[in-house]
Amino acid sequence: MELLMSIVIGIVFSVTIYLFMSKDLLRVVAATLLLSHAVHLLLLTMSGLQRGAAPVLSFDAEAYTDPLPQALVLTAIVIAFAVTALLLVMSYRTYKVHKTDDLEELRGSADE
Amino acid sequence: MSNVIILPVIIPFIIGAILILLYKRHTIQRVISGITMLALLALSVYLAIYVYQHGTLVLEVGDWEAPFGIVIVADLLSTLMLLLSTLVGTVCLFFAFQTIARDREKQFFYPLYLFLMIGVNGSFLTGDLFNLFVFFEVMLIASYGLIVHGGTGYQLRESFKYVIINIFASALFIVGIAWIYSITGTMNMAHIAQRVSELDQTGALNIVAIMLFIVFASKGALFPLYFWLPKSYYGPPAAIAALFGGLLTKVGIYAIIRTFTVIFNHDTGFTHKGLIVTVAGFTMLFGVLGAVSQFDFKRILSYHIISQVGYMVMGLGIFTPLAVAGAIYYIAHHMIVKTALFLFAGATQKITGTTDLKKMGGLIGTHPWLAWLFFITAISLAGIPPLSGFFSKFPIILAGFEEQQYVISAVALLVGLLTLFSMMKIFSYAFWGKQKHTAAQAKIPVGKLLLPILPLVALTIILGFAAEPIFTYSMEVAEDIMNPTNYIESVLKE
Amino acid sequence: MKKPNNMMLQTLTRLIILIVLSFSIYLLLAGHNSPGGGFIGGLMTASAILILYLSFGLNSIKKVIRLDYIKIIGIGLLFASVTGVVSMVFGFPYLKQFFDYFRLPILGEVELTTALPFDLGVYFVVLASALAIILTIAEDDK
Repeated sequence: MELLMSIVIGIVFSVTIYLFMSKDLLRVVAATLLLSHAVHLLLLTMSGLQRGAAPVLSFDAEAYTDPLPQALVLTAIVIAFAVTALLLVMSYRTYKVHKTDDLEELRGSADE
Repeated sequence: MSNVIILPVIIPFIIGAILILLYKRHTIQRVISGITMLALLALSVYLAIYVYQHGTLVLEVGDWEAPFGIVIVADLLSTLMLLLSTLVGTVCLFFAFQTIARDREKQFFYPLYLFLMIGVNGSFLTGDLFNLFVFFEVMLIASYGLIVHGGTGYQLRESFKYVIINIFASALFIVGIAWIYSITGTMNMAHIAQRVSELDQTGALNIVAIMLFIVFASKGALFPLYFWLPKSYYGPPAAIAALFGGLLTKVGIYAIIRTFTVIFNHDTGFTHKGLIVTVAGFTMLFGVLGAVSQFDFKRILSYHIISQVGYMVMGLGIFTPLAVAGAIYYIAHHMIVKTALFLFAGATQKITGTTDLKKMGGLIGTHPWLAWLFFITAISLAGIPPLSGFFSKFPIILAGFEEQQYVISAVALLVGLLTLFSMMKIFSYAFWGKQKHTAAQAKIPVGKLLLPILPLVALTIILGFAAEPIFTYSMEVAEDIMNPTNYIESVLKE
Repeated sequence: MKKPNNMMLQTLTRLIILIVLSFSIYLLLAGHNSPGGGFIGGLMTASAILILYLSFGLNSIKKVIRLDYIKIIGIGLLFASVTGVVSMVFGFPYLKQFFDYFRLPILGEVELTTALPFDLGVYFVVLASALAIILTIAEDDK
């Protein structure tokens, strides 16, 4: 299962890199979104995909899951949510001010 | 007692929330945020003294025991960094009172400023790797807000790149955290350090070390990940640029120092003396070459951040107590001097309306105070004795020669020379020569603007003349962090 | 311009938001030891209110909901931060949680924790910031 997940994460990462290379502002934002998914999956997978009862709450289960990676992923998801929201607003403003969403045109000249 | 060490994080949080409620009334916001920063400064002075006298303080947040819950740790290094960051934050805030435009002030400038302080203070205090990531993100999100603050076209365009690069680096941070968790099964830095020393740092752990180094290097603007810095620091107003220049990259450097002294200290031949020293050399060289080629006040200063970050990392890379003490001294010197220089750039911009050196000239005739204060700070940056720059570079380079790292020491000396050259370039273009600003501009008073900068200039002189006690202090800090058993024992209570 | 016929959407909205709102509040209250929490509850409430804005139009809902979302963000942050400080006042470490079981009228025995005000703060912050972001962009577009 971990192997399968690793392959999936690899695919998501490569799609992310592809999107990062594109010229479109919105595609780059989408890339950051996908990137966050990839690393969250990685965080869950690297700590081992376990089956078992929730710890602390019950005492009679055979196996318990490690709660820490889930807490970490939850925190990371919330942060990614905030960053994505901010980035979307920012790219919207950039588009409004510069009247273009082409990163080639947003490059800026060397002498300003 | 140990609850006190969370206060530098909590106070700006609560006050920031209150300031959001008062977002329409900027005078009250100014007063409250000013008082808060002064209180934080007093608190961090108190903490620094307390920790120096009584040893490391540890707080287990939520009463969860050490390896399981998050710990907040105040040792010598973190309290020193805390003191410096609140000092820089206070000075920049008082400078901002006079320079930030009214309409910008209303767009949540002060709440964002305090949230940035939460992130910075939290990063210095936390003893948990994932919590470090969280505080990094708090700091970065606030910095995204501040760097586009005002929303001019240039700012939006360059900040977009800044944000994307930082998001990518943060993603790599999570990757590093995931790897380290899969190897050690813990997030507490002291616990990780213990496990790493049991595991023998080879193979996979070295890869994790390099991964984390890449992450912190891109936040701290090290070679070859510094390219985002000069352009994005050019856009925002002087107070924000000074805050970022003095503070943000140093959080990355702090994280490098922390992780590479506490956790990854078993294979120093490869990580420290190999990787970090090489990177430091290139960082210094490319940073200073960038600065030499520029003709813009703020751009030169931004490139110098890069070259000077190299010195700090070089001190860590040589990894003797003398070198690390030099690096710590250098961080203190750099944060003070760099902030002051950026604020001087802001003051000259207020007079001449530009940061282009070719359009300035003769400021020494109309604003002699500004000119001479700048001169003191500039030669301090370049490392002329008896100012702080000399006494912070000297131990690093000395340690470099002692450890037979001749190439890097030679590079450091050369970079010092080129720093002097570009500082003198600013001085001769902007302050000497024919007066290029109009008579009306010559009458613009800057006395009030210089007031917040004065303590910084005074400090660089004090750090130079009182080098002996301060160097003894940084030596103690260096020995404390190079001997991580102390840190580990006080966190895990063994 | 002909007024679009929104009757289907508006009738359904009246039904849906009741369900969504009550479920979001359930999520908020359940959050401290089972799936749910302030974050997800806040997002769900925000989506319920967004359906209102979508189906009845920005201006008509603004006349009904006259809240300054930015102030709600501030209030939420205050809630969340002060909850942690309360335990400091009593000499415990920051963010220490307490819980106990109480017998309340109608509800019977319930578990009350200090995690709940914290979650409530998160709920307000998430709800208000999501709405503030979306409404700011929506108004800017005109």
